[in-house]
Amino acid sequence: MSEIKIQIKNLYKIFGKNPKSALEQVKDGVNKDELLEKYNHVLGLKDINLDIKEKSIQVVMGLSGSGKSTLIRHINRLIEPTDGSVVVDDEDVLKMNDENLRNFRRTKTAMVFQRFALLPHKTVLENTMFGLNIQNIDEKEANTKARRWIDRVGLSGYEEKYPQHLSGGMQQRVGLARALTNDGEILLMDEAFSALDPLIRKDMQDILLELQDELHKTVVFITHDLDEALKIGDRIAILKDGIMDQEGIPADILLSPKTQYVKDFVEDVNRARVIKAKHIMSTINGQDISNAMVVNQDDFIDRFIDKVISEKPNCIIVKDKQDKNVGYLSSTRLAEILKR
Amino acid sequence: MEKLFLSEFPELSRETLRFIKKGFDTSYRAFSREYGDTIEAVFDPVLYFLVWFEKLLQNSPWPLVLICFLAVIYFGSRKISVTIGSLFAFLLIGIFGMWEDTMSTVSIIGVCTLLSIGIGIPVGVLMAKSERAQRICTPILDVMQTMPSFVYLIPVVMLLGIGKIPGLLAVVIYAIPPIIRLTNLGIREVDSEVLEAADAFGANPRQKLFQIQLPLALPTIFAGINQTIMMALAMVVIASMIGVKGLGQPVLKAITNQYFAMGLFNGLAIVALAIIFDRVSQSFGHRIQQHRSGARE
Repeated sequence: MSEIKIQIKNLYKIFGKNPKSALEQVKDGVNKDELLEKYNHVLGLKDINLDIKEKSIQVVMGLSGSGKSTLIRHINRLIEPTDGSVVVDDEDVLKMNDENLRNFRRTKTAMVFQRFALLPHKTVLENTMFGLNIQNIDEKEANTKARRWIDRVGLSGYEEKYPQHLSGGMQQRVGLARALTNDGEILLMDEAFSALDPLIRKDMQDILLELQDELHKTVVFITHDLDEALKIGDRIAILKDGIMDQEGIPADILLSPKTQYVKDFVEDVNRARVIKAKHIMSTINGQDISNAMVVNQDDFIDRFIDKVISEKPNCIIVKDKQDKNVGYLSSTRLAEILKR
Repeated sequence: MEKLFLSEFPELSRETLRFIKKGFDTSYRAFSREYGDTIEAVFDPVLYFLVWFEKLLQNSPWPLVLICFLAVIYFGSRKISVTIGSLFAFLLIGIFGMWEDTMSTVSIIGVCTLLSIGIGIPVGVLMAKSERAQRICTPILDVMQTMPSFVYLIPVVMLLGIGKIPGLLAVVIYAIPPIIRLTNLGIREVDSEVLEAADAFGANPRQKLFQIQLPLALPTIFAGINQTIMMALAMVVIASMIGVKGLGQPVLKAITNQYFAMGLFNGLAIVALAIIFDRVSQSFGHRIQQHRSGARE
């Protein structure tokens, strides 16, 4: 379907005095606790393999200490790995020299931080222009671009304010505008909305999704919140103690969790809001489709569940955007999915 | 024998000690004979500037100088009260016949401060950037701040004789540590997350230094500059012992001759200068800080 933008292969990160020798132990199967106790090294990431598709939102989810922030910092090499490779557009980020790495960071990536990391001595406008100033882009052009993004994130009129004037949500809009003004193809968001109030967080998620519909960036989004992950992610990777437990589309993770950890994680999720008709349909082969109800393949269950209950159709036919029948959904199957 | 050893510290013999001291002194004397002139020549530009500045302040019509001072004070502090206070202080100084000496002191303090900033900030930056530089500089700064100033006056005077430059050196050695230390501290205190963001956007070390670290450290650096000025003023009396003109010399004369009133007047003039310098540099530093924290208008 789409090209792979970022390829992370066999990535290891060990913190400590002599990570290279500790790496041998890890590869021999020493686990995190043992490594800390016996060898006094901290296992950050262990054998991470992740292909991130172009123009999609890849969520990396895990609790604190799971290594998710460490992982995202490997993509623009704010952290050096102990072993492995990170390839972006066929170029190994880890082999770049200082100059190339700076250029890569300037033009290809942009990052949004959990605690905003705005420059306190610069105004909103200057903060937004920061990435372009670093590249020595013409002041006037930078100014125009920055103003456009400030407007897009809904901060017009605040251009000359300092970050301290703004609430957390507004500060993170500046963070987002700063990243978007840089216009890299890759947007790295490190728990970007975690520090915000629930309502503002929802707002920001909507802004992000709306922008993504139009910009089609490759977004790597770190979060510890499953609901956020399910709402935003095209695909979700779940990290635990530096190991990737499972990676896949949200529905797969919900419907077939691979480990107990993931199972515990997804237990309380309202499935009707996350699973779309296309995720649970089966192929049509000769079933009785009279008295069928028609749903769109991209509808979430909770969009049609009320209708199913009131109309009690024999079965449900799933159609795609071209109005073609693509699948079939029985009420039993639907009940089974929703039962838990 | 045993008892004697414990009750008296086993010191070097008088002969040896004299030999060591003498060897040290003669070799230093030889060094200063050899290189004294060269080193003095190095400082010539500073001397010219200092003399020029002093003459400028002393020979210009006093109302003009006063107006210039008040303008600087006003634009530095943006406070009418400080400006008016300074006006009275300068008028009193003039009326009590200390105008000329005050101008000398202002000129040497000014030049010393400029030199301290010019040397201190780069050294502070270096210390902040490199752990090794910090390890080397910290003990040196400790020595500079604790060594009694008379002690390092001796080699300076041996090397350069008596005059303005040795005085200037003595003042700078005494006054420069705070600005170095506080530049170092200010840069090290810059939020690491902000620096990480700068890295993530591809800033090079230069851009990080000039666009982020120095601007954010500026309030702390200003506290250092303020300290440096205060310490330089505290040195004027000692510097006058080796021939620096200014308010220190009458104080020195007053001490040796027990002229209480004369000492008091000149002492008060130094105090007045100190207060003016302090208020102006502090409120200037404070203004940058307000700007930084984005105080609500």
